[in-house]
Amino acid sequence: MNVLIAVALILIGTAGTLVVVIQDPLRQALTVSLFGILLGILFFAVQAPDVALSEIVVGAVALPLMILLALAKVRGGTR
Amino acid sequence: MTPRARRLLFFASAPVLGIVVAAGLFGLPRFGHSDAQYGQVLNAVSVPERHITDVVTAVNFDYRSVDTMGEEFIFFAAVAGVVLLLGAQADESPGHVEDAATGRWVPPTSDAVRVLGLALVGPTVLFALYVIAHGHLTPGGGFQGGVVLATAVLLVYLAGEHQHLHNLYPDRAIEGLEAGGAAGYVVLGVAGLALSGSFLANWAPLGQVGHLNSAGIVPLINVAVGAEVAAGFVLLLSAFLHQTLILRRRRPTPDEPVDPLERSA
Amino acid sequence: MSVLAYGVAAWLLLIGLWGVVTSRNLVHQVICVSVVQASTYVLLVAIGYRVGAVAPVFSGIRVGTIAVDPVVQALCLTDVVVGTTVTALLLALVVQWHKRTGSLDPDQLNERD
Repeated sequence: MNVLIAVALILIGTAGTLVVVIQDPLRQALTVSLFGILLGILFFAVQAPDVALSEIVVGAVALPLMILLALAKVRGGTR
Repeated sequence: MTPRARRLLFFASAPVLGIVVAAGLFGLPRFGHSDAQYGQVLNAVSVPERHITDVVTAVNFDYRSVDTMGEEFIFFAAVAGVVLLLGAQADESPGHVEDAATGRWVPPTSDAVRVLGLALVGPTVLFALYVIAHGHLTPGGGFQGGVVLATAVLLVYLAGEHQHLHNLYPDRAIEGLEAGGAAGYVVLGVAGLALSGSFLANWAPLGQVGHLNSAGIVPLINVAVGAEVAAGFVLLLSAFLHQTLILRRRRPTPDEPVDPLERSA
Repeated sequence: MSVLAYGVAAWLLLIGLWGVVTSRNLVHQVICVSVVQASTYVLLVAIGYRVGAVAPVFSGIRVGTIAVDPVVQALCLTDVVVGTTVTALLLALVVQWHKRTGSLDPDQLNERD
């Protein structure tokens, strides 16, 4: 279990850095979804199933959807 | 402040912040050897005292339920803010559904997506209700189940079109459900005040450990929170979808240039 | 292991702040704020962990088994859902700002004449 926690932490650090470094919001939306799922895996490994359930549903479904809808509206106006 | 000056200021102050954060983190106990006593006490007394087996839900909705009520109202206010910001403004009116990004007409969804989406709506709703109802027994509760329920509604949008979503769930009913959920929490608290002398006291019979109708008012609070979170997320998604797909600016007002690039001329 | 767990939380905080400071796009900035929020989740959950413990759910498990701290998990749980809603509010603000001024540049937030 310790190995899983360590791997999850390292992947989360990498994914967080990628989310910030990627400048295009469209690509960032998909990276943020991956970041949410990695957080869910960490929460499961640290024996926190309630938080993992919350994070997976919110981070993989609701947050990327709202980002994509905001982007759809915003990109339409820059023509 | 120019971007370059801002970046220099950040590089100057980030090490200080990093040192302060590191100094604070070094004072914490080693990872994996937490010595917090409040959690230990709650782990030991939750089952005999409140007949509730999911201690996290007990903390959220029984021992610290006032804090959760505050969080719920933050959620309520944020949803109200989004609906206010993304509703039709003075110079907008509904148009036909159009993809604002490229100006092309939205193509109809493929049959595979439609079938799979509609087939998954039923099991998702069932799973969401299961998570909400069993929040005091196994991991779950109102917040998680509410978001899963909103996902089921989102599947209707994915399988069909925005108009179907709007016909199936009129806004008035969803708003009423959200307000009812938020009010239900307060009503349960006031009932605790009337029946047991303190706000949000656990006044319902505690039942047997492991049964669905145990733990007093915690299942009732779970239902109220689940309804509110589900309706709130559906309102959020509806507001974004409405703004993106349907609302169009009626005409440019006289004091704004038509072309945004000429703004600072 | 302590250094890794708490270090990742501190790293996410700093890199998220860097993203907010040096961003050139308002939507990118809002997403970096959500990265900073994620650093608090990692810190909270890492504080409560106990090696060899079970999850704080006692259905089928004898009461008295060593379990992780439930209080920080309760904090995290509501935080995740409410934090996403506040991000939605920020995105709605960005959408409205873009409709009024046509730009997504944070540096032009002050130059609204």
